Amino acid sequence: MTLVVVTVMPKKGVLDPQGQAVQGALLHLGFGDVSDVRVGKRIEMEIAGHDPAAQATRMCEDLLANNLIEDYAVEVPG
Amino acid sequence: MSATRVAVLRFPGTLDHESAARAVAGVGGEPVFTHHEDTALPGETGAVLVPGGFSYGDHLRPGALASRTPIMGAVRAHAAAGGKVLGICNGFQILCEAGLLPGVLRPNASLSFICRQADLEVADAGTPWTGGRDEGEVLSMPFKHHDGAWFGDPGSTRVVLRYRGENPNGSMDRIAGIANLAGNVMGLMPHPEEAQDPLLGSVDGRVLFAALIS
Repeated sequence: MTLVVVTVMPKKGVLDPQGQAVQGALLHLGFGDVSDVRVGKRIEMEIAGHDPAAQATRMCEDLLANNLIEDYAVEVPG
Repeated sequence: MSATRVAVLRFPGTLDHESAARAVAGVGGEPVFTHHEDTALPGETGAVLVPGGFSYGDHLRPGALASRTPIMGAVRAHAAAGGKVLGICNGFQILCEAGLLPGVLRPNASLSFICRQADLEVADAGTPWTGGRDEGEVLSMPFKHHDGAWFGDPGSTRVVLRYRGENPNGSMDRIAGIANLAGNVMGLMPHPEEAQDPLLGSVDGRVLFAALIS
């Protein structure tokens, strides 16, 4: 079994209302240096068998990310 | 002539199937509830209705998990053969995630769940879905959603309905409902099944159900 971590983020240039709302709250709390907050997802999974990274990439293409609005990255921390 | 049989899809978390089925029956169609794990539509299905709700709890993305269930293969084949498919609210999200309609429904710009009556303008009178209404005519229906902002390439679709006046949810070009280029698949965020009875303020939703079974 191999731990694979998939990160799904809103594409640059796609409006991220969740990131904007979080940024507004951070600014309100006094974190004045913050900008460009974006909120995405981290998906962890155990994958058995051959080439877990390639399997995870296929999962991203088939389901985990919507390539109209999201980018993904596959990581095998090892 | 027998009534047109309409497969009304049910996923875990579908909510609006009863009112949608009632609206199908109201225009003379025969609704048949159809389970998401079925691999075929009921025999002699003439049209498919994907009702609203929160299929799979909206997990991952609204409609994403429902769009990958076994029944959607049969819906895809039905649509490819020219059969009519209507998706309402979460059903619209499912059709986009399934690739039967272009684009995707994103969270409302306000991040709020919005529930209210809306005036919708007919933007394209050339599809079957608005039953002879002219461009610019207004249909009144309620909408209730958190993820109703359509995003995509407007050139890849036919915009059938737009929100009139102020954009309520950040949808691109105030889009409320679209059809595929062939015109046989339609999705909208507002709820035509809740605009069927004068007691509820509007019967303008009937036109879409009449189109579904014609």
